[in-house]
Amino acid sequence: MNLPPIKHTRRPTFKEMTYNFLATITGLTLFNIEFVKQVFIPPYEIGEIRKHMDELGVKTFPIVSVTGIIIGLVLAMQTWPVLQRFGATDFLPSMVALSVIRELGPVLTALIFAGRVSSGIGAELGSMRVTEQIDAMEVSGVNPFRYLVVTRVVATTMILPLLTIYVIFLALAGAYIAVIIVENMNFAYFQNAVVDSIQFGDLIPGIAKTFVFGFIVGIVGAYKGYTADGGTEGVGRASTTSVVVASLLILVFDMVLVKVSLWLWPTL
Amino acid sequence: MADTMIVQIDKVSKSFGKQQILKDVSVDVFEADNLVVFGQSGSGKSVLLKCIIGLLTPDSGTVHVFNKNIQKLKAKELSEVRKQIGFLFQGAALYDSMSVRENLEFPLTKNFEFSKGELDDKVENTLELVNLGDAIDKMPSELSGGMRKRIGLARSIITDPRLMLYDEPTTGLDPISSKDISELIRNLQHELKMTSIVVTHDLICAEIIADKAIFLRDSMVAFEGKIPELTKSDDPFLKNFFSNEIIKE
Repeated sequence: MNLPPIKHTRRPTFKEMTYNFLATITGLTLFNIEFVKQVFIPPYEIGEIRKHMDELGVKTFPIVSVTGIIIGLVLAMQTWPVLQRFGATDFLPSMVALSVIRELGPVLTALIFAGRVSSGIGAELGSMRVTEQIDAMEVSGVNPFRYLVVTRVVATTMILPLLTIYVIFLALAGAYIAVIIVENMNFAYFQNAVVDSIQFGDLIPGIAKTFVFGFIVGIVGAYKGYTADGGTEGVGRASTTSVVVASLLILVFDMVLVKVSLWLWPTL
Repeated sequence: MADTMIVQIDKVSKSFGKQQILKDVSVDVFEADNLVVFGQSGSGKSVLLKCIIGLLTPDSGTVHVFNKNIQKLKAKELSEVRKQIGFLFQGAALYDSMSVRENLEFPLTKNFEFSKGELDDKVENTLELVNLGDAIDKMPSELSGGMRKRIGLARSIITDPRLMLYDEPTTGLDPISSKDISELIRNLQHELKMTSIVVTHDLICAEIIADKAIFLRDSMVAFEGKIPELTKSDDPFLKNFFSNEIIKE
């Protein structure tokens, strides 16, 4: 796989920046095509995928747990006075539920996941690249793309939706805590209000887009790490640019996917 | 010496951008040959090794390994050829996330089918060959530079390759470790009957390991012959190179 090289200079000119931007887009596209070509070819390295799901996913639990509770808590506490002004505090559970399920839960979890995982993959593969470990794998007759890239991207694609569902539950729990603090709302009422306000069309697009976000986190980190050069500086660059590019792509694709889901479910 | 051709490099040229690294380089390596490639830093020695194993593609010329044109092989065919080649990288390139045992098991489990018992025997025997049997459960970060080279060597030879490529096997080691590694490589060559190509600028290492040599200069093969002929050459550049003097041209 021949990917266009990125030119690193201390003060890049506009021409160099344009070239690097186009080279990144081209490189990422070719990398995606290679992924699609390789993902269905055995061996499937199930053990590696499971290991990465544990390392990349399960170990993200603490940070997303805190994020989940705080999203719900803050959202409920901020919204409460506004709704109170209109005498509409009864709508708080459904408002929080819809915001968290449709938008905040998937996007914030993906951004946190990108911060932790995309940079981690970028640094790990980048370090393997500059210390010739990827070359060593290749010369020993193993396809490093399949072993290193495919397994990680499959793992991130599968684990992010699960993390998002977990975050959504925690955000709702956080919102209930906030509601108890400001008004002694009955748990059964809160639960019923949440369940009644959610429809199929709310759940599916919210969760479905996290598969795309998970894929973005994995593929961007892997691309940046796999193509790293320039020693330890290159590893650092791979790590930081992974987060930047993955986060930007998550936001851009979120916009596109919201439009697509509104087209598919016009009643949303 | 047998006549079977193992590596045939024919008029290989390679450039990176505007910088010409190799220019019309031709070398033949026969079975059981031990060839050393000398040259200054940046003279294209490692590039030549990478062209042999297919990590780099020459701009022109051909590289045949085991009578197969490396540039024309499909990924799967190239992978089959590579299974018969061992490569010791300059920095050993041990997989950081794996223990020594897992490093050695990796090429075996991915390319061959061994039972658990056979795998354990193979790993333990190979580690004994490099005198590091007790390092089996260590992580690469716990090993010294010399130990890493030995483990890298063990990982390269565990698949019983027909051809071994060494990229600066003694760089970064103290003189005693350097001599130890060189003698270990020579013993393995005799024991396992491998053909080898060694890239180095360590003359002591080369004298221990190899019997033939080429010298790369200005992107081309400037000398080809036996090591004593090379070291006793009247060429002022070679004289200076081997007496470690600063070359003024």
